[in-house]
Amino acid sequence: MQLRKSKDFWSGVMFAAIGFAFAIIIKVYDYPMGTASRMGPGYFPFVLGNLLGLLGVLILVKSFLSDGVRVGQLAWRPVVWILGAVIVFGLTVKLIGLALVIVVLVMISAFGGHEFRLKEQLIAGVILSAFSIGVFVYGLKLPFPIWPPFFG
Amino acid sequence: MEALLSNLALGFTVALTPEALMYCLIGCLLGTLIGVLPGIGPVATIAMLLPVTFTLKPELSLIMLAGIYYGAQYGGSTTAILLNIPGESSSVVTTLDGYQMARKGRAGTALAIAALSSFFAGCVATLLLAAAAPPLAQIAFKFGPAEYFSLMTLGLIAAVVLAHGSVIKAIGMIFLGLLLGLVGTDVNSGMARFTFSIPELADGIGFVSVAMGVFGFAEIIKNLEQGEKREVFVNKVGSLLPTWQDIKTAFPAVLRGTGLGSLLGILPGGGAILASFSAYTFEKKIASDSSQFGKGDIRGVAAPEAANNAAAQTSFIPLLTLGIPPNPVMALMVGALIIQGIQPGPQVMTERPQLFWGMIVSMWIGNLMLVILNLPLIGMWIKLLTVPYRLLYPAILVFCCIGVYSLSNSPFDVIVTAAFGLVGYVFIKLECEPAPLLLGFILGPMMEEYLRRALLLSRGNAMTFVERPLSATLLGIAVLLLVIIALPAIRKKREEAFVAE
Repeated sequence: MQLRKSKDFWSGVMFAAIGFAFAIIIKVYDYPMGTASRMGPGYFPFVLGNLLGLLGVLILVKSFLSDGVRVGQLAWRPVVWILGAVIVFGLTVKLIGLALVIVVLVMISAFGGHEFRLKEQLIAGVILSAFSIGVFVYGLKLPFPIWPPFFG
Repeated sequence: MEALLSNLALGFTVALTPEALMYCLIGCLLGTLIGVLPGIGPVATIAMLLPVTFTLKPELSLIMLAGIYYGAQYGGSTTAILLNIPGESSSVVTTLDGYQMARKGRAGTALAIAALSSFFAGCVATLLLAAAAPPLAQIAFKFGPAEYFSLMTLGLIAAVVLAHGSVIKAIGMIFLGLLLGLVGTDVNSGMARFTFSIPELADGIGFVSVAMGVFGFAEIIKNLEQGEKREVFVNKVGSLLPTWQDIKTAFPAVLRGTGLGSLLGILPGGGAILASFSAYTFEKKIASDSSQFGKGDIRGVAAPEAANNAAAQTSFIPLLTLGIPPNPVMALMVGALIIQGIQPGPQVMTERPQLFWGMIVSMWIGNLMLVILNLPLIGMWIKLLTVPYRLLYPAILVFCCIGVYSLSNSPFDVIVTAAFGLVGYVFIKLECEPAPLLLGFILGPMMEEYLRRALLLSRGNAMTFVERPLSATLLGIAVLLLVIIALPAIRKKREEAFVAE
């Protein structure tokens, strides 16, 4: 069944799952619905969630009626390295300071690309680090620590 | 007329201060830079800079951010002409004839015509904005909650109709955006919705995180997946000066492009991309001899370049008069205003005339700067294009991370943005257009608020939306749009229009 893997099929699944999930959360956590004239916090999202869910089902059903385009291979390499690098930045910038974390970010993200040139990425990291500290910390006065605290 | 002149005079006093000129210049340069570079657009750039603008005066912040948007329209054409790849999605059609002109050794002429067309369109659109905004804002003051709700519905439907790809998926993306926008504390009851007791979510999901994840990070992943493919360089730019014949051929096309672009920019869901496509198609259709299109016809450069710049400027009209963003860039502008504690809407013009008119005049000054700067600096932009993507994307990542982290100085926003990067990549894989999602996300809380107020006033009677004439008209247009798009003939046309990509 090639059809099942089509982009439309999975889009339908995604919309239906998210839409109904919102509606279910409203019911499970018991957000007050209120009435049309005095809507509670649950009213509008409940309607929207169900509409999205139904729309998802419709897309899903429609996907069986025509030849779909397959989703194709997911590029896990850039996904993991790029987003991983971003998360590492978020978690460690306060601990190791902006100067180091930028070099680390550049090095990790380089694994997401097609070729890895250690020396080149290292130089790029250092230049970017110096530039960013100049512009953002000294120029725009954003409150980033530059060096790790134990450096003084 | 007199009021217009005195308003513009006020604008000049704001826009001509050294500070304003400097931020206008920074905005234009940044805009050109990201316009020239493929793989990063104005949405990600403005999202990246939003936290930085917090420390600026509101008018300076808006002057700079606006400069980025229209500057990107200028820069995008440079890459389109010289490399046959669009630096910006709105310059896709410029590749068709611009690159062909470059191959014939007329790159300089193409660049000059693109810049001059953009400048002309920018001037006209700025005047239009200045003239049309006050009367429109007057109408907006008559709007009650029912009208606002209907207007937003119309805006979202127009965004669906004008988005490319599947209509039904675009509707899904809008609903999804609306729902995500509702995450956080409900203003009416004070109740936290969909936050799962995570304190950081009480204020809702940051739209910078959504915009940067979906438009910034996901783009990088997509580009890395596709690999680097850049075409051979055109080294000879040739003479910059167009001949008299060139100008005679191009000028009517510039006029038509400006008109069409100005109109499409105002439409919700419109903006620069749609404008350039339509202008090109239109030129080709009305030309007595269309055989040269696609082979280096100067009209094929002039019309879409005029149109995308005009549209970039007139898309500020719905934002500044109604407080409703017609496209993702304007949605970020709403964010920029809110960061400054300004609620976008018709009252901005009366309560903060220096902000409003200063920004409009600065757009004209910015357009002038772009022409003066870009033509002599063309060599520098060309040099930039030789920087390989493997060095470029880490830099984009660094600036994005610094931007998101500065939102609240906590890792939370960075992680949310990374999550939306993944979500955005899934959207790309499933061919779900992300622009309607961002619009829905911004409009979600506003729509709920107006819906509640409208129904409270009518005691729960939903007929209020069709009984009030203004609201009924807006909804009528929305229904009409939906009917039109459902017609098979139009549907085919619409698909054709986007095929050129």
